Amino acid sequence: MAVRETNWLPDISPRFLRILQRNSQVLRRTWKVNFLPPVLEPVLYLLAFGAGLGLLVREISYQGKPVSYVAYIAPALIAINIMYNAFFENTFASYVRMYYQKTYDAIMATPLNLDEIITGEIVWGAVKSLIATILMMAVISFFRLLVYPQAILIVPLAFLGGLAFGSVAMCFTALVPQIEVFNFPIFLFITPMFLFSGTFFPLDTLPKWAQVLAQVLPLTHLVALVRALAMGKLQVQLLLSLLYLAVFSAATFFLAIKLMRRRLII
Amino acid sequence: MSEDLIFAKDLCKTYNGFKAVDGISLRMSRGECFGILGPNGAGKTTTVRMIYGFSPVSSGTLKVFGMDIQKHARLIKAKSGVCQQENNLDPDLTVFQNLVTFASYFDIPRVTARQRTTELLRFMQLEHKKKAKILELSGGMQRRLVIARALINKPELLILDEPTTGLDPQSRHQVWARLAELRAQGLGILLTTHYMEEAAHLCDRLVIMDHGRILVEGAPLDLIHQNVGANVIEIESPSESLLKFVKESNLDHEKLSHRLLIYTRDGETLFRKISDDLCDRGCSLRMATLEDVFLKLTGRELRD
Repeated sequence: MAVRETNWLPDISPRFLRILQRNSQVLRRTWKVNFLPPVLEPVLYLLAFGAGLGLLVREISYQGKPVSYVAYIAPALIAINIMYNAFFENTFASYVRMYYQKTYDAIMATPLNLDEIITGEIVWGAVKSLIATILMMAVISFFRLLVYPQAILIVPLAFLGGLAFGSVAMCFTALVPQIEVFNFPIFLFITPMFLFSGTFFPLDTLPKWAQVLAQVLPLTHLVALVRALAMGKLQVQLLLSLLYLAVFSAATFFLAIKLMRRRLII
Repeated sequence: MSEDLIFAKDLCKTYNGFKAVDGISLRMSRGECFGILGPNGAGKTTTVRMIYGFSPVSSGTLKVFGMDIQKHARLIKAKSGVCQQENNLDPDLTVFQNLVTFASYFDIPRVTARQRTTELLRFMQLEHKKKAKILELSGGMQRRLVIARALINKPELLILDEPTTGLDPQSRHQVWARLAELRAQGLGILLTTHYMEEAAHLCDRLVIMDHGRILVEGAPLDLIHQNVGANVIEIESPSESLLKFVKESNLDHEKLSHRLLIYTRDGETLFRKISDDLCDRGCSLRMATLEDVFLKLTGRELRD
């Protein structure tokens, strides 16, 4: 016990990549089901919002200039997709592997340790966000809603965003007593972010307190970054958003490792 | 480097104030099959979980391959094969993929891993199932596959936590045959079980644990001889005169609700006397087994 407690720093070797190999092997069988949403969802959203809501809200002001409503929400769809892929991978899918399949238990009897398993799982969530983003960007590009080459940078950003949402998801996975309890973080954290992070309407339409609150939410920063890259309108202050995401990822990553150790190393 | 595969001294494990393992000491040599027996909750699984580096040690010394488990868990795990109590095979993968993927956790090169997987599937008679999904396998097949998986890294120590619990007799005997073969090849095997027959069958030496402590240690036959003698005479509904005789002769016995057990070294003579004079039916003589030792030492109350 004493040894583990003082080892508060994660003990991680490149062996965590084995977890990615394992998960990608499974994905090779299930990829069609897995990556249908990122391809279909933007089409549905863009149709609904473009052809439906878009008739009411034709234009919206972005950085002082009017843009079409679909161009405004298309980057938000990418950001939400980044959030969903990593978050669901590292909540439900990771929980099933941990709790029902006992996959972590089996792997912990090999030279891999728990820190590496958790790291592998979180990085895997980020890889899924990245793949889903590429697929979604391909679809959205058909609608000519992405400005290249700046939009290319959304791909590495998707990985960072995936780390942020995957790490926070892993914290919940370490805490929930049973799988149904994930409904709480989804209703209290994911759904509010989905709606109030500058996704479908600009933040400045919100009351002041809500605007401040929105700045705490990681999706707000991810949306701001993806939108700027998608429209090719980079601004220096976006570096703060990038920094926020990096710090948020690092903090929740360490917390996830700590909570997982508490849950599984007994 | 020490000759001991496992060396434990005053080993303890405490969970929230509960002492699951309470100061046990044991040694296991190379090439030995060592058993840990005990009723449910005795601390068997907790002990082996510490040995394979899964649970941190609360206090005491624990060395595997002469190395401290707390400091060298990764090295120790690389040289051990573990078959945990639950069948935690990877249901997302096929039988073949299960072993090859597991090999990757040990950094075994892919070509070697595939070759070794084929060998092990043959050894465990699972070749015909290599493309099957885990959920398509019977309990016995899953268990064999777990053992095959534990052998993927050519371990020097094989740890089996209740390897045959829940298997039918055919599957159980098949597992035993494979384990006996591995033992004959010189592999050190550490086994927990609550099947006495299994322990008597496989173990060179064993300990019986209860309430986190070791009660006795020794070779199965020695334990039987030391604790109950060579024979057991079982009598159904014993008569008053028999009970009186047993008490007066100071025989080692156990009185159950409708049965009397007499433990003796000299079964034949005593049995003839009892069956001739004191008992007209329901009286039988049998060899003493490890189960007699176990029940005598750990008692007969249920452990739920």
